[in-house]
Amino acid sequence: MSEIKSPILQVRHLSKSFGSHQVLKDIDFETYHGNVICIIGASGSGKSTLLRCINMLETPTSGQILFHGGDITEKGTNINTYRSKVGMVFQSFNLFNNMTVLENCMAGVTKVLKKDRKTAEETALKYLSKVGMAEYINAKPNQLSGGQKQRVAIARALAMEPEMLLFDEPTSALDPQMVGEVLEVMRELAEEGMTMVIVTHEMAFARDVSSHVVFMKDGVVAEEGEPSALFGNPKQESTKEFLARFRNQ
Amino acid sequence: MNLPSDNDFFGWVFLILHKYGAIFLHGAGVTLQLALVGTLIGCVIGLLVGVLRTLPIRKNANLFAKIGHGLLQFILAAYIEIFRGTPMIVQAMVVYFGSMQLFKMDMSPMFAGFFVVSINTGAYMAETVRGGIGSIDIGQTEGAKAIGMSHWQAMAYVVMPQTLRNILPQIGNNLIINIKDTSVLNVIQVTELYFSGNSAAGAFMRYFEVFFIICIIYFIMTFTCSRLLRWIEHKIDGSSYYSLVKSDMMADPTGHNPVHLGGEKI
Ligand SMILES: Nc1ncnc2c1ncn2[C@@H]1O[C@H](COP(=O)(O)OP(=O)(O)OP(=O)(O)O)[C@@H](O)[C@H]1O
Ligand SMILES: [Mg+2]
Repeated sequence: MSEIKSPILQVRHLSKSFGSHQVLKDIDFETYHGNVICIIGASGSGKSTLLRCINMLETPTSGQILFHGGDITEKGTNINTYRSKVGMVFQSFNLFNNMTVLENCMAGVTKVLKKDRKTAEETALKYLSKVGMAEYINAKPNQLSGGQKQRVAIARALAMEPEMLLFDEPTSALDPQMVGEVLEVMRELAEEGMTMVIVTHEMAFARDVSSHVVFMKDGVVAEEGEPSALFGNPKQESTKEFLARFRNQ
Repeated sequence: MNLPSDNDFFGWVFLILHKYGAIFLHGAGVTLQLALVGTLIGCVIGLLVGVLRTLPIRKNANLFAKIGHGLLQFILAAYIEIFRGTPMIVQAMVVYFGSMQLFKMDMSPMFAGFFVVSINTGAYMAETVRGGIGSIDIGQTEGAKAIGMSHWQAMAYVVMPQTLRNILPQIGNNLIINIKDTSVLNVIQVTELYFSGNSAAGAFMRYFEVFFIICIIYFIMTFTCSRLLRWIEHKIDGSSYYSLVKSDMMADPTGHNPVHLGGEKI
């Protein structure tokens, strides 16, 4: 028995050009509650641009982004409220350098969600301990390792208690020995049913954790499907080539 | 009165200090007041102008917004170029005598002094602030926007605090320059330190001894300010290390909010 659910997020005919350079061409995909969607693809294929469009850090050239059915690209949408519900974790962490770990995780809760400090502190601590960083509340970002920074960044996003999270290559800037600790946190989130869209080059992670994989090439979705199908039995030549390159590494 | 002999340097210094010490202190007070207030107001002007100069304009903005934006940018640029491009001593004359002649405004010399120093510092600070904002990684703004902060919230809570920290040495520079350069305000009869020195020197016809004293007073003021600013920088930077908060201490990490973490898994 499958109940009919409506998607949280729908991307429809999304295109994005920088000047005359068209980076995204007619992208379509949907995210339902509890989905973990991994986006894979070669460098320059437009994965980051897609994620940034979804978060409106880039303005799409055409197409629609529907959040619970409402088009957020339309004029008059409160983008800030939307962003507070759709968290984003960056490759370069982007923690606030002028704040401690605790303040980083409290800032959005007090300034955007307008909660009182006590609530914000409790929320921040709850998610910091979830990512194993509660001991570091007094540290400044530049005093942490890359893996620690990224875990704090995830806690900062979680503290907003968002409906879904976007990850743009969260482990690409990390030393190999720190990749594991971040992926572990993300795996745990996936198990708890967090809705996530993850751009990643970690193929093993994508295969094990995702519910759906999107393979992008030159700004289009070249192939998508369940991880077992896409990794086990890719249909497109380009997907096969791309995956073969990873196996040979 | 028994005057010291011609080459009795210390004799003259003591005599001048005795007769004019209070006036020098008053002059030094005026100088500090002009420099501190001028730098402070100048910083506020600089922050405002600097932030306005980084205001983005969207490509699809309407014609009215574009013209308004262009005009604003032109006025701000003109302000900066004109006040950076002319000597403060000349600005003081133009403002003080111009306000009288053109607007029949009888500014006190002190008011004209505050005005000129502030507006001059503002022009320099505006450029410093613009550069300072530009040097903050765009990721900081994006991180703020990604959790739902508005452009102004991102500016106020994330970008500006970092910009201010980065330009603090430059603010210190401006303060020290202002302590020294307010001396030009003697041309509009502001009784600051240099002006007091001039009166004393004229009275005794002892220029070297008087300005030797004035020199030392200036140096004490600038050196103190310079050290104070260093100290403030260190304060802002905070500790270079952090201490881990163990879970038993976590019950009260800030000392006022008991938080229960009981190891619950969320
Ligand atoms: N602000 C921009 N201005 C112009 N071109 C851009 C801009 N941002 C991205 N591009 C171009 O868009 C294309 C896609 O970039 P994008 O960063 O989305 O790729 P990606 O798939 O995330 O690659 P990677 O795996 O290296 O992160 C690239 O050709 C890039 O040069
Ligand atoms: Mg990318």
